[in-house]
Amino acid sequence: MFDVMIIGAGVSGSAVARELSRYKVNACVLEKEEDVCCGTSKANSAIVHAGYDAAEGSLMAKLNVQGNLMMEQLSKDLDFAFKKNGSLVICRAEEDMPNLQALYERGLKNGVKELKILNTAEVKEMEPNITDEVVAALYAPTAGIVCPFNLNIALAENANTNGVEFKFNTEVLDIKKIDGGWKIVTNQGDYETRYVVNAAGVYADKFHNMVSDEKITITPRRGDYCLLDKNAGGHVAKTIFALPGKFGKGILVAPTVHGNLIVGPTAIDIDEKEGTNTTAEGLNEVISKAEQNVKDLPMRSVITSFAGLRAHESHHEFIIGEVEGAKGFIDCAGIESPGLTSSPAIGVMVAGILKEKMGLEEDPTFNGIRKGILDPDTLTKEERDALIKENPAYGNIICRCEMVTEGEILDAIKRPLGARSLDGVKRRTRAGMGRCQSGFCSPRTMEILARECNMSMEEITKSGGDSKIVVGTNKDSI
Amino acid sequence: MEKRELICIGCPMGCPLTVEMNGTEVASVTGNTCPRGDAYAKKEVTNPTRIVTSTVMVEGGSVDMVSVKTKEDIPKGKIFECVKALKGIKVKAPIHIGDVIVSNVAETGVDIIATKNA
Amino acid sequence: MKTYDIVIIGGGPAGLAAAVSARKSGIESILIVERDKELGGILNQCIHNGFGLHTFKEELTGPEYAARFIEQVKELDIEYKLNTMVMDISHEKVVTIMNRTDGMVEIQAKAVILAMGCRERSRGALNIPGYRPAGIFSAGTAQRLVNMEGYLPGRKVVILGSGDIGLIMARRMTFEGAKVQVVAELMPFSGGLKRNIVQCLDDYDIPLKLSHTVVDIRGKQRVEGVTIAEVDNHGKPIPGTEEDYDCDTLLLSCGLIPENELSNGMGVDMNRVTSGPNVNESLETSIDGVFACGNVLHVHDLVDFVSEEATTAGKNAAKYVKDGEGRAEGGRDIVLNPIEGVRYTVPGTINVDRMDDNLTVRFRVGGVYKNVYVSAYFDDERVIHKKRPVVAPGEMEDIKLTKAKLQEYPDLKTITIKIEEA
Repeated sequence: MFDVMIIGAGVSGSAVARELSRYKVNACVLEKEEDVCCGTSKANSAIVHAGYDAAEGSLMAKLNVQGNLMMEQLSKDLDFAFKKNGSLVICRAEEDMPNLQALYERGLKNGVKELKILNTAEVKEMEPNITDEVVAALYAPTAGIVCPFNLNIALAENANTNGVEFKFNTEVLDIKKIDGGWKIVTNQGDYETRYVVNAAGVYADKFHNMVSDEKITITPRRGDYCLLDKNAGGHVAKTIFALPGKFGKGILVAPTVHGNLIVGPTAIDIDEKEGTNTTAEGLNEVISKAEQNVKDLPMRSVITSFAGLRAHESHHEFIIGEVEGAKGFIDCAGIESPGLTSSPAIGVMVAGILKEKMGLEEDPTFNGIRKGILDPDTLTKEERDALIKENPAYGNIICRCEMVTEGEILDAIKRPLGARSLDGVKRRTRAGMGRCQSGFCSPRTMEILARECNMSMEEITKSGGDSKIVVGTNKDSI
Repeated sequence: MEKRELICIGCPMGCPLTVEMNGTEVASVTGNTCPRGDAYAKKEVTNPTRIVTSTVMVEGGSVDMVSVKTKEDIPKGKIFECVKALKGIKVKAPIHIGDVIVSNVAETGVDIIATKNA
Repeated sequence: MKTYDIVIIGGGPAGLAAAVSARKSGIESILIVERDKELGGILNQCIHNGFGLHTFKEELTGPEYAARFIEQVKELDIEYKLNTMVMDISHEKVVTIMNRTDGMVEIQAKAVILAMGCRERSRGALNIPGYRPAGIFSAGTAQRLVNMEGYLPGRKVVILGSGDIGLIMARRMTFEGAKVQVVAELMPFSGGLKRNIVQCLDDYDIPLKLSHTVVDIRGKQRVEGVTIAEVDNHGKPIPGTEEDYDCDTLLLSCGLIPENELSNGMGVDMNRVTSGPNVNESLETSIDGVFACGNVLHVHDLVDFVSEEATTAGKNAAKYVKDGEGRAEGGRDIVLNPIEGVRYTVPGTINVDRMDDNLTVRFRVGGVYKNVYVSAYFDDERVIHKKRPVVAPGEMEDIKLTKAKLQEYPDLKTITIKIEEA
């Protein structure tokens, strides 16, 4: 019997796992996909919010501000990309000024530091590409941007290194109360555990509702995004939000930690929990609204578009805690924006609940430091030369757009919870994430995966399951 | 007199050709800008032919596959037979451009030759 | 730091022809840097025939065409490095290269020839809505998998875009046992060569649907189907015209983009229409001694023209190295002005003092025009008036200028090139 089983290896589940791994505990994460970071955590704005959005006094507000404060140190401990670039909420109409003021005040009450309202001239000086219609803006220097993949991957890797087991391709089908805990029925067999953490993203309602009569509803709220080439990455330096008001919710424009520009999202409530398809209407909305706050956006430089699903709970609040009438079943549900920002704090909170309930002892062998995949671009020419002499794989460029070497891809495959698919390699190294979108590198990455994982080329997938890249060999059917 | 409109595939210009037919005989070809077009049109309406290109596996070479072609054009009706004849063929390096890979492919009297060194 | 007279970035058709030409123009110290494991570039995967009619007066396959130039490079003993990536080129022409055995190496070049070729426009750049499953390939990636590695990317195929690689792959996939159901083209005309429509689609009864595009991709893991719809004059899908196709593969052949990241890095002036560098009559970019040729300069339809252009670039780079500081400076620049149907010209300016006796100006048109004239005006005077039965965006056009003729116009400022109705 496990002490704790966590359903979902997204950023919440992985954060809980990592915090839990500080203690002497027999924990396991169940993930229906082939890798960590496959749902909501992989397709979002990649923003570390300052914390002025969420309602005063809400759990969301509290964890947002806490998560924001934790992120910088965590990025150093776990070696993932994070940048405190600051954000601006753009007000374009005098009549919306009270809304901006209200946001400012809510931020103060939520404990957000250094907030400031800027006038037109100050905004234009800070960001010359902001629309000429700007009246004022709320400036939050504490807002940041993060690599959502590597935040999630780093948390999971570190949890794994500290003893938490991860079972992939394992879909939870049913949860049954048993003496002293729960039986988890999966497509890979049954497991027993004393405690369950429900960190299942858009599926959190399904599992909650298996154990509780107090039903919750998680609605997948789809957001369509466009990602622009690095030649557009400097168009704005800060994250640019629209002020909710006269013009509706609006679209954000932000640099990414890797130098691209992200534009989005839409907000469309859907029924299908796997409905990550973009639509023409959604993409058109992104493109047409993007220019409201930022002028001269080079939309010609779009390199990809995608959609993510937020796990929207009807009351727009995080649901974290033991479910009433279901002892040992801990919800971690409704984790929508600012969920990514809050994730470090969510991990601490849930691990704290479990520690108290289970009386967990600290594990003295816990090592909270994780080294990420070496990015040779961060080295000097001399250091890089020395690295290649030591390991020639670092001299072999596989992804030409992002300049990813074979050395990095090998590291991504061989490290704990290593990549097993093209997308797995992509999220860890960026190979295939550039302007040609894997046109050049996918056959080469496939060869490396096949060689290292002892698979045939026909077994290599884009993202596990039936997502095979090639279907056979030449003339095999004639 | 029957007329047939063709696009010449002799070169990238893609000249629009008009062939006038007298029964099964070609009476005239117009629209071509070179003799190649005339020859193509006459063949295309009587016995259309194509060069066929493909690849076969190569062992012990610098590459995994070596490209091949029919040394001359073969009747259109024989294309798939020709392709089928290449199924499962594996050659051993070294291979030089022009080496015969399959002789008299699909009974066309035409050889399949390598188009790459390996 | 090791120095070379000429460093050529890319060992594809452009780089090879430029190297051969520079050597024949008397330059000993030449280095070709190629990122792949063999010379020849994209020609290695273009196993179909149809290359070389202009250059060699016979019809060759891509690998055979490449081999002709590779043999010359070897015979002329031109140095080249394979599996080597150019990481950076500085404005001062310091080329930083990297490979497994040499590590990071800096090389000082007197002249640089940019010959990096192009890449394919991806699904993302096309903003095609739908899921993002496996089974969506650019035509060139599929071509590499089939022709170089022997793997079949799919069995039931829909192709978007009628560029030449897409057309060629329709036939190629058919030969390998796949069923190609349809080729959809957004524009009312094909972007590929007419001969390829005949011998790659018509021969195998593969329908070509002009003014159609993909409006949805289905399948969460692997492509399960796509929806195609007709588009209006603005390229917008017309509701009610949707047709569903069951398929496991979508190939994209929707245009090529010159790979100019290195050029941008060194600060070369770029042309918004071609996405390649702006060049003068010598195919020299805005940076002295940096030349460009082939698909990195502008996307070509025929490799024969790439070789011709690269030969010019190689010769001019050699001249630049030999003339050194003594190069004729100054003189007047005539500006080429493409208008009315002509999208761009290469080159964009001509210095009469520096130009060769003969100069080919290449360009593409923006639409399909029938029975028209290609005209060149020397300022206000129409000097060239060439009848063309049909011109189309998929096929490159050219006009020839001579030094002798231009010298007759000492005050000439602008040469305007346009399409005129008959």
